[in-house]
Amino acid sequence: MGIEFRHVEKTYPDGAQAVRDISFTVPSHTTTVLLGSSGCGKTTLLRMVNRMVDPTGGQLLIDGEDIAGAEPVRLRRSIGYVMQHSGLLPHRRVIDNVATGLRLNGAARGPARSQAEELLELVGLDPALGRRYPDQLSGGQQQRVGVARGLAGDPNILLMDEPFGAVDPLVRLELQQQMKRLQTELRKTVLLVTHDIEEALSLGDQIILLRPGGEIAQAGTAQELLSAPADDFVARFLGVAQGRRRLRTSAGQDGEWVVTDAEGRPLGVVEAPPGPVHPRADPSGSVPPEDGR
Amino acid sequence: MDWILANTGRIAELTLDHAALSLPAVLAAFLLSVPLAVLANRLRPLREPIVSGTGLLYAVPSLPLFIVLPIILGTGIRDPLNAVAALTLFGMALMVRSAAEALDAVSAEVRLAAAAQGYSSWGRFWTVDLPLAGPAMLAGLRVVSVSTISLATVSAVLGVPSLGSLFTDGFQRGIMESVLAGVVMTVVMALILDLLLVLSGRLLMPWARRRA
Repeated sequence: MGIEFRHVEKTYPDGAQAVRDISFTVPSHTTTVLLGSSGCGKTTLLRMVNRMVDPTGGQLLIDGEDIAGAEPVRLRRSIGYVMQHSGLLPHRRVIDNVATGLRLNGAARGPARSQAEELLELVGLDPALGRRYPDQLSGGQQQRVGVARGLAGDPNILLMDEPFGAVDPLVRLELQQQMKRLQTELRKTVLLVTHDIEEALSLGDQIILLRPGGEIAQAGTAQELLSAPADDFVARFLGVAQGRRRLRTSAGQDGEWVVTDAEGRPLGVVEAPPGPVHPRADPSGSVPPEDGR
Repeated sequence: MDWILANTGRIAELTLDHAALSLPAVLAAFLLSVPLAVLANRLRPLREPIVSGTGLLYAVPSLPLFIVLPIILGTGIRDPLNAVAALTLFGMALMVRSAAEALDAVSAEVRLAAAAQGYSSWGRFWTVDLPLAGPAMLAGLRVVSVSTISLATVSAVLGVPSLGSLFTDGFQRGIMESVLAGVVMTVVMALILDLLLVLSGRLLMPWARRRA
């Protein structure tokens, strides 16, 4: 169940191969992240799910049914879609933007609007903002509206294309945290595209790391990817090789524990001191001091 | 001034004639140009022939066109319909390109988002493409309306009554006031229609003002 990619390929008429022989499953009610740098075919894969792009080979199944036979417009109305820069309709008020999908599915204006107001609240926006036009909102607010619109009609599947890529880091963090909270409550089947490693590690139950040329480099949980990178590419992409994600703790001056990366750059402080089972947790301070550069 | 006061009835009558020539032409030019523009944008290889082809219509001198059209349409040379047809063609010469460019300039991202929401391509045209192209199309339509109202005066040369008749009569009979009244009324009519277009634009596209 969920979304299943079976040996999916995409070759464009000019011969460019965006995606080659990709197979993976997005299990129901979990979040799968397609991670990779630009040009690795991740957005192409995402858009196959609602038939914005049709594969040239292989099959795509939703809950066991091949979507090649599904009518694209109807399919899209049953799947939530959130994109970078929100993609809101500039000539529609915020409330009507959120209500769009409901209206397309045949809801009357009144009920659609009141449902849209509830959705605005769900994503942490004052429903009064619904009266405004999208460009009267901040980037972060627009992005929240985009999420609300994606959730309208309570779709089982939510597709997210770099949903938080265009907002500043602080707002991005807030949006990611909210997404996590929402997901524990709503349990959608989410397929999310990003090139942001932090975002992938924080949101993905499963991460599919793609390499340039449209192939899967490694698929697994964040822990699996970090602790056992399949090859050099994965290790380099995640920053394991450069030591960015090999962390150490060392005792600070006032007895607190400081976390540093392999180069000795401090990253943060440990709140609960590591227990005695930890090899580096000897409180006597026998941690080999990093020759901090 | 005496002449004008003595001829208000005739001036009013010619103003109505003028409106009856130019307003249908502006409307027809708009209604015919939009589908042509859509066609031009959908069939990319045909875009240049359609857009430039209609644009070239503007290069046709107006007087010969007024004379040739009756032969094509099979109407009498003094039939106001000829004037309307000719003015429509001139309007399209400007409007097709303007509409094609306006539709082309609608953000690809917004169109993609609309498609992803599940708009059919027809539904998307009416509710997304057309309104978003609206402000740019309106700008084109304002040029068409002003140019059509001014061009409609030429019809007088062919004997189709319009405000241009005040020029021709005035010149022939040496009445300066008549010429002046013709010029002023033409400008006033152009300004009024322009104002109406701007106002209806504000009414129909309340979102556009904020973006300006």
